[in-house]
Amino acid sequence: MNPKLEEIWVYLSASPLLGLTLTLLAYQAAFWIYKRVGFHPLANPVLISVAILASLLLATGTPYQAYFDGAQFVHFLLGPATVALAIPLYAQWPRLKAMAGPLMIALVAGSLTAALSAWGIGALLGGSRESLMSLAPKSVTTPIAMGVAERIGGLPSLTAVLVISAGIIGAVFGRGVMRRLNVSDHAVHGFAIGIASHGIGTARAFQVSEQAGAFAALAMGLNGLITAVSLPWIMPWVERLFAG
Amino acid sequence: MIAALTLLLVFQLVGEVIARALALPIPGPVIGMALLFLALLIRGGPSEEVRLTSGQLLQHLSLLFVPAGTGIVLYGERIAAEWLPLLVSLFLSTFLTLAVTALVLKALTRKRATPTTEAGK
Repeated sequence: MNPKLEEIWVYLSASPLLGLTLTLLAYQAAFWIYKRVGFHPLANPVLISVAILASLLLATGTPYQAYFDGAQFVHFLLGPATVALAIPLYAQWPRLKAMAGPLMIALVAGSLTAALSAWGIGALLGGSRESLMSLAPKSVTTPIAMGVAERIGGLPSLTAVLVISAGIIGAVFGRGVMRRLNVSDHAVHGFAIGIASHGIGTARAFQVSEQAGAFAALAMGLNGLITAVSLPWIMPWVERLFAG
Repeated sequence: MIAALTLLLVFQLVGEVIARALALPIPGPVIGMALLFLALLIRGGPSEEVRLTSGQLLQHLSLLFVPAGTGIVLYGERIAAEWLPLLVSLFLSTFLTLAVTALVLKALTRKRATPTTEAGK
């Protein structure tokens, strides 16, 4: 490499500017594609952005940590964005209150299905214990899932990747599944996608309608809550029962 | 916009402090969301500024998952070795979860909705 270029590269790879800018550029490109195809769910912007960035990192041999030093500023905004979900939740409060009983039952059914089926299907196909325990919390929001995985014997950073994958799958196919099941109520649609696909599903649900988004946000929060409390004692029990 | 961001961060901070002080397994931002929700109930709704800023933040919620998702580059080997259980489990379990949640909720709300609409007639 030309010494001048090398100097520039040394500066850029040590500064958070490059990772941050690339993340935003990749997202702009992904969003542009998403818009061009008429917001087709297959062109999910998270999926395309991750594909662009992962290819770039692999092609240039850049370590993930060097990239994340810059991208963490975007990652940080997940915190305030989670807090901000209280606003759509408040807007839907009358409907939420009226549906409280059914929502709680659907929450327990969905949350158990999410964890047990992920573990069971992985186990049937011969997944390793670490992978199974990283799969179990895949439907809840990243920080909760990572904490749960750590407590039940999974790998927190693998869990983050699986959580995001489950989110993308729900965002891409959620609407199709709902159509097959003849679900037309946006509240039901949003709640189901929030249980199965946490924040990424919620982001997608907000594009369907504000009501779908608010129910998804509620589902995501509640599923995170009961998963955090229940999985650390359910999973050892499940493992003893079936894998013993 | 700055005032609204400050408000969100203050609620997140309080949430983090509570989560740590009480050693709760729930992340601080989720507690912050619950607290802000309670505050909105008491206050009777958000100010226009808070409503607009959070709308803008939530509109591009997907962007915020990109840095963590790019972490997939760390797991090339494991994914190559265990792609079948990981992939099948992710897809099937996500579909099952969507279906079970939606069907349970649909069945329960239908049962409830019918008597109320009839009583209203």
